[in-house]
Amino acid sequence: MTLHDLYLVSPQVALAGLGILVILLDLCVRRKALVQGLAIIGLVAPVALGLAQFIDLEQSGVANLVPAASILSDSLAVDRFSLFVGLLVLIAAAVVFLSATDYLDRIDRHQGEFFGLALFAATGMTLLVGATDLITIYISLELTSLPLAALGAFLLTPKSSEAGMKFLIVGAISSAVMLYGMALIFGASGSVTLEGIAAAVNVSAGSGLPFGGYAMLLGVALVVVGFGFKLSAVPFQMWVPDVYEGGPTPVIAFLSVASKAAAFGLALRFFYQAFPGAELEWGVLLAVLAAASMTVGNLVAIAQYNIKRLLGYSTIAHAGYILIGVAAVAQDSATSGFAAIGPASVLFYLGAYTAANLVAFGAVTVIGSRIDSDRIDDYAGMVRRSPILAIALALALIALIGVPPTGVFIAKIYVFTAAFNGGLAWLVVLGVVNSVVSAYYYLRVLRVMFLQEPPTPLEKIPVSVSSQAALVIVGAAVIWLGVAPGPVLNAAEAAVAVLLGG
Amino acid sequence: MLTGFSGLLTATVFLPAAGGLVILLAVRGDRNIRWAAALVALADLVLALAVFVVFDRSEDAARFQLVDRLFWISSDTVNASYFLGVDGLSVPLVLLTGLLGFCAVLASWHVNFRLKEYFFWLLLLQTAVMGVFTSLDLLLFFLFWELELVPMYLLIATWGTGRREYSAMKFLIFTILGGASMLVAVVAVFISPAAGTFDLVELLESGSWLAGSGGAVLPLAVLFWFFFAAFAIKLPTWPVHTWLPDAHTDAPTAASVMLAGVMLKMGGYGLLRINVGLFPEQVQLFAWALMALGVISVLYGAVVTIRQTDLKRLIAYSSVSHMGLVLVGIASVGVATGEVTATGLNGAAMQLFTHGTITGLLFLGVGLIYERTHTRHIPDLGGLANRMPLVTVAFLIAGFASLGLPGLSGFVSEILVFFGAFAAFSWPTVLAVLGIILAAGYILWMLQRTMFGPRREQYDHLSDANFVEAVPLVLMVAAIVIVGVYPAVLTDVFDLGLEPLVSAINQTASLSPVAGR
Repeated sequence: MTLHDLYLVSPQVALAGLGILVILLDLCVRRKALVQGLAIIGLVAPVALGLAQFIDLEQSGVANLVPAASILSDSLAVDRFSLFVGLLVLIAAAVVFLSATDYLDRIDRHQGEFFGLALFAATGMTLLVGATDLITIYISLELTSLPLAALGAFLLTPKSSEAGMKFLIVGAISSAVMLYGMALIFGASGSVTLEGIAAAVNVSAGSGLPFGGYAMLLGVALVVVGFGFKLSAVPFQMWVPDVYEGGPTPVIAFLSVASKAAAFGLALRFFYQAFPGAELEWGVLLAVLAAASMTVGNLVAIAQYNIKRLLGYSTIAHAGYILIGVAAVAQDSATSGFAAIGPASVLFYLGAYTAANLVAFGAVTVIGSRIDSDRIDDYAGMVRRSPILAIALALALIALIGVPPTGVFIAKIYVFTAAFNGGLAWLVVLGVVNSVVSAYYYLRVLRVMFLQEPPTPLEKIPVSVSSQAALVIVGAAVIWLGVAPGPVLNAAEAAVAVLLGG
Repeated sequence: MLTGFSGLLTATVFLPAAGGLVILLAVRGDRNIRWAAALVALADLVLALAVFVVFDRSEDAARFQLVDRLFWISSDTVNASYFLGVDGLSVPLVLLTGLLGFCAVLASWHVNFRLKEYFFWLLLLQTAVMGVFTSLDLLLFFLFWELELVPMYLLIATWGTGRREYSAMKFLIFTILGGASMLVAVVAVFISPAAGTFDLVELLESGSWLAGSGGAVLPLAVLFWFFFAAFAIKLPTWPVHTWLPDAHTDAPTAASVMLAGVMLKMGGYGLLRINVGLFPEQVQLFAWALMALGVISVLYGAVVTIRQTDLKRLIAYSSVSHMGLVLVGIASVGVATGEVTATGLNGAAMQLFTHGTITGLLFLGVGLIYERTHTRHIPDLGGLANRMPLVTVAFLIAGFASLGLPGLSGFVSEILVFFGAFAAFSWPTVLAVLGIILAAGYILWMLQRTMFGPRREQYDHLSDANFVEAVPLVLMVAAIVIVGVYPAVLTDVFDLGLEPLVSAINQTASLSPVAGR
């Protein structure tokens, strides 16, 4: 292992190191603000190292910073794709940390462990998006899941413990299923690297594989099951509402955006790089999952009375919209590779969704920690109790519907365009119908906050400066992505170039 | 590709929203807020008038003028621009929006709670509508189209009366359903190899799109109906009109004025700009269907109107009837023989403007009556004429214009619609004329029962409109009379926008003689 190899994994090393530092500091000092400050400011290091790698990429002109001679060459890629999604994860972590301060002030103990575990999970996620062999994928996934399970049980209340336990067990089952699938893929192709699998699939074109390719097919199906759990796609979504309801709100916020972004990044890389020749099969499979996720998520969300459960079902629905982009594979006639629009729309949607969901959860975190309730009915007259929280939550919910001028509006257009391009017109129609349905339950929250009378006597809800900053900055990003999406769109298109081949 | 940046349209579109934001953040005190909002709306009216005056009507003038274009999204896969511009079709509607926006602010003088928010949403609404009328990029058009949702929803749900939350939600669900339908069509047009752009001007003027039915991802006829669904809900036409009476009845006065006056016009504008402009072949092919829907709307609306006892509901249903005439006018392109003329389309466009002013004025009048008597129930009203002479006169003029009295604006648009449509569908047009006769019935009966009749003691203390309330009445009456006496002030402008559409239709008809026959 050379120094250069260390540089290639330096963002991940910095993240893990920061996690250890935060836990150690927590043991030494009494003032918890110091721990919070270190966790938030310390994130500058991995972001800076990631940006340095990005600049290196730009200057050297190669697609992947990892040289073929490196010991990392078969297991990790440092390319625009991994940096794009990795940066998204880091931004999400920073915002969650900022808006979690209000929440954490109430639970005095174990603050260091909270940030430490979250940082370890982030390490796993950033590794996951660069992983190019099955073993690295599996290890990164476990590194992501285990800290999150511990964080889910962090409150030690019965509901929180149930959330942690559920996440752990469901995560373990899905990992096991996926591992079985990976074993089958390895057995059929004789390789654990994505590149090697692709070569085996292409050379023998299905027929030469053991068991006529059926073992490979079964393997892919089992891996899709595992991904489905991580992506919270129907029919693997059962754990989502309970975990969302019981877990600590900042943890759920992190889970809903960062974990989702990493899992989608992984899914894109896995399918595009390991199975480029079999896009017909997995494209259709994912299209069906997308349709089911959107429809089930939106319909069940209508009946929810708890804002966190509602956001849980909303996240299932949005997993469906994003899956449209993954399913929309199409050949590009000009380059003879795949069309960029499908995966690029996934990345842009992830960015827009991350911004909107972080604002929503940021507001819900503060409100929940002040009024001790996540019931939508208790949000009555929120605009009078705290205008900034009400407006932020309203903006986020409007964005999640996909109403302009917000980022998700552009993202939906982009995803639907990709779907048309991939010949999935039926999925577009289903998608827009689902958007209409979703408006109903998002706006119900809006109605309660703006139209109903607040309880008397009127109690104002104080919001800490760091939460306000997080809400304003990310709220501005929600609108910025809707008004001037150009730079992020371009970055997304550049990032997916490594997936397209041709 | 049209480029340039003159700035006038950008100012016209965004001044209300910017002013609203300033009011929201910086203005204190109820009185100041009201005057600030009025000032912003007045300034926007002046800008809209400037657009109307500056618009070059000469022979060799460009079709789209005052273009503001900036790159908005430019990437490898999606390209859209911030692209505003006006042609003859949109210029009068911009003026209408400016006029009604100002009147709506003045009609909000009595609003007494959460004023800042109220004016912010009202002004944002105006920006959205202005944006729809001036966007020349499909994505931008759609963006403005959807932008209007939230302000209108909150205006009805917060400041409305009666079952306001129910009505607001109903409005929202219908509108968002229409928006969803349009979204599919917009994306499909963009992704179609034959089009491949959001640029409306390019789409309108390029023959490749017209001939490119083979290159669309969905059949052009399907796209036509997807667009049509969105505009038909907004117009609204039977059978998707049911949100309108509820929304109107429960909306505050200013929201009713904006809703009837300009937002319904977005539907008619969309039909003319997109369904007629982008689908010249399909609009001929389906003219009979538009005619049928139009005639049903006209008659059904009129018959239901007669039965209404709530003033606002009555005017709302009459709107369904009158907006049906827009469809009838557009259906005039389905002529069996000979060339299509612009007459019917011009009638449809004129109907948008005249119905905007007339119904706007009616809702203003109802608002004034309701504020004073606290009822809109027609049997409870009567004998208001001698207490409120000014309001009565305005109401009478609006009523007469609505039933198509010559010399007032309603007559002009109706006669043009009927002239145009008769050439294409003679018997259905005769049926539609029946709707006008019914209109005379319900309008006159309504006027008689509310304004005239025996004096009622409980209304003796009522006062007439004060200065602030009178200004919008006078402005609207002026618009109705001027257009009624000298319609060429608008028809000439509309013609400039409609002639290219008509010639495109005639061109496709001559290329494929089977179409529309």
